[in-house]
Amino acid sequence: MAILVNEDSRIVVQGITGGEGSFHTKQCIDYGTKIVAGVTPGKGGQEVDGVPVYNTVREAREKKGANVSLIFVPPAFAADAIMEAADAGIEVLVCITEGIPTIDMIHVTNYLKDRNSRLVGPNCPGVITPGVAKVGIMPGFIHKKGSIGVISRSGTLTYEAVSQLTNRGLGQSTCIGIGGDPIIGSSFIDLLKLFQEDPDTEGIVMIGEIGGSAEEEAAAFIKEHVTKPVVSFIAGQTAPKGKRMGHAGAIIDGGKGTAKEKMAALTAAGIHVANSPADIGETMVRALGR
Amino acid sequence: MLQFFDFSEWSFAYGHADIKEEMLKIHEYQAKAILRSFGVPTPEGEVAETPDQAKAVAEKLGGGVVVVKAQIHAGGRGKGGGVKLAKNPNEAFELAGKIIGMNLVTHQTGPEGKKVNKVLVEQGLDIANELYAGIVIDRSSGKPVVMASIEGGMEIEEVATNSPEKILKEYVDVEHGLQPFQARNLAFGLGLSPAVVKKAVPFFMKLYRAFEAKDASLMEINPLIVTGDGNVLALDAKMNFDDNAMFRHPDLKELRDLTEENPYEVEASKYDLNFIKLDGNVGCMVNGAGLAMATMDIIKLAGEAPANFLDVGGAANAERVEHAFRLILSDPAVKAVLINIFGGIVRCDMVATGIVEAAKKVGVKVPIVIRLQGTNAKEGSEILKQSGLNFSVASELEEAAEKVAAVVK
Repeated sequence: MAILVNEDSRIVVQGITGGEGSFHTKQCIDYGTKIVAGVTPGKGGQEVDGVPVYNTVREAREKKGANVSLIFVPPAFAADAIMEAADAGIEVLVCITEGIPTIDMIHVTNYLKDRNSRLVGPNCPGVITPGVAKVGIMPGFIHKKGSIGVISRSGTLTYEAVSQLTNRGLGQSTCIGIGGDPIIGSSFIDLLKLFQEDPDTEGIVMIGEIGGSAEEEAAAFIKEHVTKPVVSFIAGQTAPKGKRMGHAGAIIDGGKGTAKEKMAALTAAGIHVANSPADIGETMVRALGR
Repeated sequence: MLQFFDFSEWSFAYGHADIKEEMLKIHEYQAKAILRSFGVPTPEGEVAETPDQAKAVAEKLGGGVVVVKAQIHAGGRGKGGGVKLAKNPNEAFELAGKIIGMNLVTHQTGPEGKKVNKVLVEQGLDIANELYAGIVIDRSSGKPVVMASIEGGMEIEEVATNSPEKILKEYVDVEHGLQPFQARNLAFGLGLSPAVVKKAVPFFMKLYRAFEAKDASLMEINPLIVTGDGNVLALDAKMNFDDNAMFRHPDLKELRDLTEENPYEVEASKYDLNFIKLDGNVGCMVNGAGLAMATMDIIKLAGEAPANFLDVGGAANAERVEHAFRLILSDPAVKAVLINIFGGIVRCDMVATGIVEAAKKVGVKVPIVIRLQGTNAKEGSEILKQSGLNFSVASELEEAAEKVAAVVK
């Protein structure tokens, strides 16, 4: 079954006629993903790689039965695009766009509160269920179908972790980048819940980084609610205080949000913490007792 | 009101002088001009760039007591000697002469300090009470939070750590904005008299309006003062803005002061490189922020220290790599460079070609260890090996870190 995307996912790409949108649409199709429609307001009637383009998400939903949206809309219009997809009844919204204003994302999360759509991102690589559907910008070939769930705040570091798993023969059920922005649609906890309930997932890899308290909150949740083995790595053990390491959230201040604190909280919750980014795959092998 | 409060989310902007430019910072005098445009009372005053101008402002303010305040993007200016009281315009002239051009060192500037180019000259006021007000976005609740404390003028981080109960908080529903009852909660919570509450409530309301309208990421009024005659004013003002929202605030972009930023980082931002200078000997060039941090970590685990954080981003082409090399190598402490690229959408063979071209152009003298993984990694490694340049190629992360540690030793 995996989580968020599966065989039944019918994807609409919002911003499909843009440079990034059209490039990644092709990549996703090549992976075997069912891209059923695209949306760019004013470009309805066109086609991108054989995919019909509509003016509105509602139309794409009605005509093509889209139930997952992949969003490449530029930052100034992205919040509106996410809300449009939610209003059209799209169940899973994956927003790749980087640089959306924080206040816009607050409005978006408020809008989504009483709707049945789940947002992943923004500013993330997306979601992939290996062998089934790639709804994002990650390189498909490093993945392998299997039973490890991956959740991460970062992009290329997720690829690193996935590739270590694949190299050790551990395939993945679903891999999700949740994004590095201060306000995001799905948290570690939201997805840990789904992985815990997913019969196809045996173990979970959680990649965190310095800043904020999402990892500490996840640790507390895991201790109470997750019975599957969890492996974690926290990037930024060597990051100095007060310097923002790329992501808006990745910063240590006043001694808070350090990798050390996070690792201690995770270890205390019974999570297998990899000290080195090179040991993520190996730690999962050990956690599974293989 | 939520009990849990995530200080790491907001306090970072408070304490440090050299946070990356992604968060636009402005001077006190600029923040006060914005606040005044929203009706927030501030002391009267004007900015001056010369002692003569400072004297003229002091005269314009009535010739009495004025405060001369250094304008730099860092707090702790008073303790560092950057804020002085002048009894008359002549003294304002004299003090401005001392402050303008001085290298001001505060706990936020780092030991190197910052050069003062401007001073703000303001009327002296009769201060009865010093309070604190601040607004930030709380990540856990996904809401702006308006804070107030009786511990005005203090390091708010210290108050937060030692006596968190002294910080009052009101979380704002952005669909409705700050409500008057919330402002009253804060004002009465500060123990203000009913007469002063009447001034403080609109003060908080206008403050929030300015925060919201300008896409601020942080606002601090420290201190917020009550004068002897019961008026409420922003004696100091600090505002940072959400850089992602600058497309709708062209006026704010104009306020950026490049002289306040780390020159390496300004240079890096020109080429869309995400660069932070650190203290070690191993230069790093990585695609992706998370992987860049992980690479720094593994260098440390191998017994060495990173000289920088550098995310070359998605399009690691020859031009970007060249600029990245120049940045890394401009640091004489760098003894070797570790390049770690995980090819996703960006293909490793393209990156390898870029590295070869850039290394030839820049004339790199230090050893370079390169690890390519992901899309077309093999082809990329082949290009590096056949380049005739002295690259050491690794395929795994650990191997790369060990190789670079070995050459640095």
